[in-house]
Amino acid sequence: MTKSNSDDTKIVKTPPITDTKQPNRRQTIKTLAATTALAAVASTTPLFGRYGQAQSAEPIKIGFQVHRTGIGAAYGRWYNRTTEAAVKKINDEGGINGREVQIVAEDDGTDPKRGAEVVEKLATQHGCDIAFGTLFSHVVIGSAPRAGELKIPYFVVSEGHHVASGMLNRYTLQPGITDVKSQVQAMAPFVNSTLGKKVTMIYPDFAFGHDHRDYFSAAVEAQGGKVVAKIAIPPTESSFTKYFPKIPRDTEVIYHVMVGPAVLTFVKEMGEFFGNSRPEIFGFIDSLEAVDLASPGLEFLEGTYFWEGNPRYAQANQSDYDKAYRAAVGVDNNGASISDSKDVSTYAHMFGCWETLHIVKAGMEASGYKGAGDRAKLIEAVEAMTSMPHSYANPQGAKEFNGKTHQTFGQQYITRVENGRLVLAHTTSIADTYYPDEVDYTSQSF
Amino acid sequence: MSEIRKSWGLHIGVVTLLLALNFILPDYHHGNLARVMVLACYAMGYNMLFGYTGLLSLGHALFFAAGMYGMSLTVQHLGWSAGPAIIVGLASGLAMSLVVGILSLRTAGVAFMIVTLMFAQAGYLAALYFGEYTRGDEGFVIQKAARQIGGIDLSDPMNRYLAALVLFAVCLFITLRVVQTGFGRVLVAIRENEERTRMLGYDVHLHKLLAILLSGTMSAAAGAGYGLLFGYAGATFASVQYSIFPLLWVLLGGAGTVLGPFVGTLFMFYLIDLSSDISTAYMLIAGLTLVLLTLFAPQGLVGELRRRTLRWLP
Repeated sequence: MTKSNSDDTKIVKTPPITDTKQPNRRQTIKTLAATTALAAVASTTPLFGRYGQAQSAEPIKIGFQVHRTGIGAAYGRWYNRTTEAAVKKINDEGGINGREVQIVAEDDGTDPKRGAEVVEKLATQHGCDIAFGTLFSHVVIGSAPRAGELKIPYFVVSEGHHVASGMLNRYTLQPGITDVKSQVQAMAPFVNSTLGKKVTMIYPDFAFGHDHRDYFSAAVEAQGGKVVAKIAIPPTESSFTKYFPKIPRDTEVIYHVMVGPAVLTFVKEMGEFFGNSRPEIFGFIDSLEAVDLASPGLEFLEGTYFWEGNPRYAQANQSDYDKAYRAAVGVDNNGASISDSKDVSTYAHMFGCWETLHIVKAGMEASGYKGAGDRAKLIEAVEAMTSMPHSYANPQGAKEFNGKTHQTFGQQYITRVENGRLVLAHTTSIADTYYPDEVDYTSQSF
Repeated sequence: MSEIRKSWGLHIGVVTLLLALNFILPDYHHGNLARVMVLACYAMGYNMLFGYTGLLSLGHALFFAAGMYGMSLTVQHLGWSAGPAIIVGLASGLAMSLVVGILSLRTAGVAFMIVTLMFAQAGYLAALYFGEYTRGDEGFVIQKAARQIGGIDLSDPMNRYLAALVLFAVCLFITLRVVQTGFGRVLVAIRENEERTRMLGYDVHLHKLLAILLSGTMSAAAGAGYGLLFGYAGATFASVQYSIFPLLWVLLGGAGTVLGPFVGTLFMFYLIDLSSDISTAYMLIAGLTLVLLTLFAPQGLVGELRRRTLRWLP
C-alpha cells in the first residue's frame, strides 16, 4: 500500500480563472518598474550568473542535525559556523554539479530521541538529499537506524567508533573525522617513548571514558608500557580530591580525559594535590574544547600535553590550507572567534564538518548525483574513495578513507602547553591510527 | 446514551481515527504519530499514578528504561526474538515497580517524590556503570533483523505505525476500563481524600501499590515498544528529564483524564516541532506557551474541555 507523500498535501494557489479584471495604467507601470528593477539586480548579482547553467535545478539540500541546545551546544555553535563557511566556499566555487547548496539546520537538543525525529524531519519534511553533521555519539546511534530505514545518507562528524564498529548501517558514514579508537591508539607510542611507561588513567565512568580505557590500555601494553591504575570518575562527581590519592606513587604519566564543566575543578584540584612535583600529564583536548586556556585554575596545565584533532593555535609550520580555512571560518591565530577573543572554538573537531562537506561534493560529482534516486550511487562513490591529499578541502591533513568500514583515518597532533599556548610537539603518521577492519558495510544491500 | 457508552464510543472513535490516519498522513507526520502514540503509553502509565491516584513520582524514567533495557538486552546479548523479549521488558517493569512501590510507599508527599527521583537516578547510574552490557550513555542499536514479530518487520513504517497503534489502544482501553471499575474509583478517592478512603474501609496501601504496578508496567511497555519500533536503547531514556516529560505531557493534556496524556504528548511534540520552524529560540516560544496554558488552562486541554462542556469525559 502506498501512502501519500508530503508533497501531495501542498496546496498550490493559482489565480481564479474567472478573474477578468483588466490591469489599469498604474498597475502596468508598477509591474514594468518592478520587472526592470529585478532584471537590473539579477544581472549584477554574482549568484545569478554563477548558477546560470542550472537555473532550473533545485538547490541541493543538506540537512544539518545541529546540537544547538543541550550538552553539545558549544560544539554545535562552532559546527554551525564551520558548516556555513564550507557551504559558502562551495557555492562560491559553483556549488555541486552546478547546483547551489542549501543548509537546512534543525536542533536535536543533543538528545537521541529528538535526533531521530530530526533525521525524519530532514528526510521526509524538508526533502533533504542527505543528513549531516552530528557529533555526540548517543545522538548518532539513536538517529542512524532511522537514517537507514529512510534510506538517506547520513554523514556524521562524531569521532565515535560506532561507525567502524559495524553497529550502524550502510547509509551512515564518517569520512571527515577520525574515530576515537584510532586517535587513542595513536597516542600510545608517543606517551610511552617520550613521557613514561607507567600510566594512570583518569576517565569519566561512561561510554566515552570506557572507550579510552579499553583502547588506550591495549595500545600502551602493545608498546611495552603498563597502565598501573584505572580511575573511573562517576559522571555526577563535582569534586575530585578523593580520587587523587588513588594514583600510584610510581606513576610516570597521568592520562586524563574528563569532559564537561567539572574539568576546571578537576584541573585545579589536581594542581593543588601535586604542587610542584607532578608526573607527566597527557590529556584529550575534548575536555577543554571551547574553553579558554587562560581560564583561572588552568595554570597547572603549563607543560602538559594534549591530543588535538587539529591544533587550536596557529603553529610555526602552519599550512596555507589551515590559514585559508581558519580565515574562512572566522578563527584567529589563538583559536578564538575573530570577532570575540573570549569565544574559543572547538578547533580540534570542527574541521570535520568542512572536510565532510567537501567529500559530499566530490561524491555527488563523481556519481553524477541528481536527486534522492541517486543516493545509493552517492554512497558507492564515497565508498570508492581512498586517499585524500592535504588540501584546502582537507585542511587538517591527508586522509585515508576505508570504504568498507565507512571510516576515515588521518594524522593526529600532540601539543604541549607553553606560556598558555598549545604548541605542536608531535604529529603521528596515518599508519599509527590503523586497526583491523571490524565490518564490511559494502556487503550490505541498499 | 449513558456516559459509559459515550466514553467507549469516543475512545473507540479516537482509535479508529488514528487507524484511518495511517492511510492518509504524509510520511513525516505518519512517523511522528507512531512515536507520539508509543510515548503516550508512557504518559498514560504516569497518569494512572499521578492523575488518578494523586501520587507524584519524579522517577518514572526508571520504569520506562526497565522496559527498554529488559527487552533490548535480551535481544542484544541473549539473542532472543522480539516477542519473548517484550515479555521480559514488561516483567522487568513489573518487578522494578514492585520493589520501588514497596519501598517508596513507606513515604508520602514530598518524600515520595524524592525517593522515586533517587531510585531513578540509581537506575540511570546503574545503566552507566554496567556500560559493558548497556553501552551506557552512548547506547546501542537494536538491529533491523531483530525487530520482527511473527515475520512482521517492525522497522517498516506501516507496520511500525500499526504496532504503535495496537500498543496505544491496549493502554488506552485498559486505562478506560480501570477508571470505570470500583478499583479505579477507589484510586480517585485516595487522590481526593486518603484518610476518608481509609476510614471507609479500603486498603489504601494495597491500592496505591497496585496503581504503581499498573503504572510502572505500562511505562515499561512504552519503553520496550520504543526500543523495538525505533531501534535504539540508551541511558538517556533513564535520565531525569525523561521522568519530567510524562509529568509535563500529563499536565498539559489533563491529569486524571483518559485522553489527556495522548493529547498532551501530541501537543508538546508539535509545539517543539513547529516552533523550531519559526525560530532558533524555539524553547522560548515553547516555554511561553506552556506558561500561558498553565495560567489559562490549569486543568490541561482535555481537563478544561471536561470542565467547560463534556462533563462525562472519563
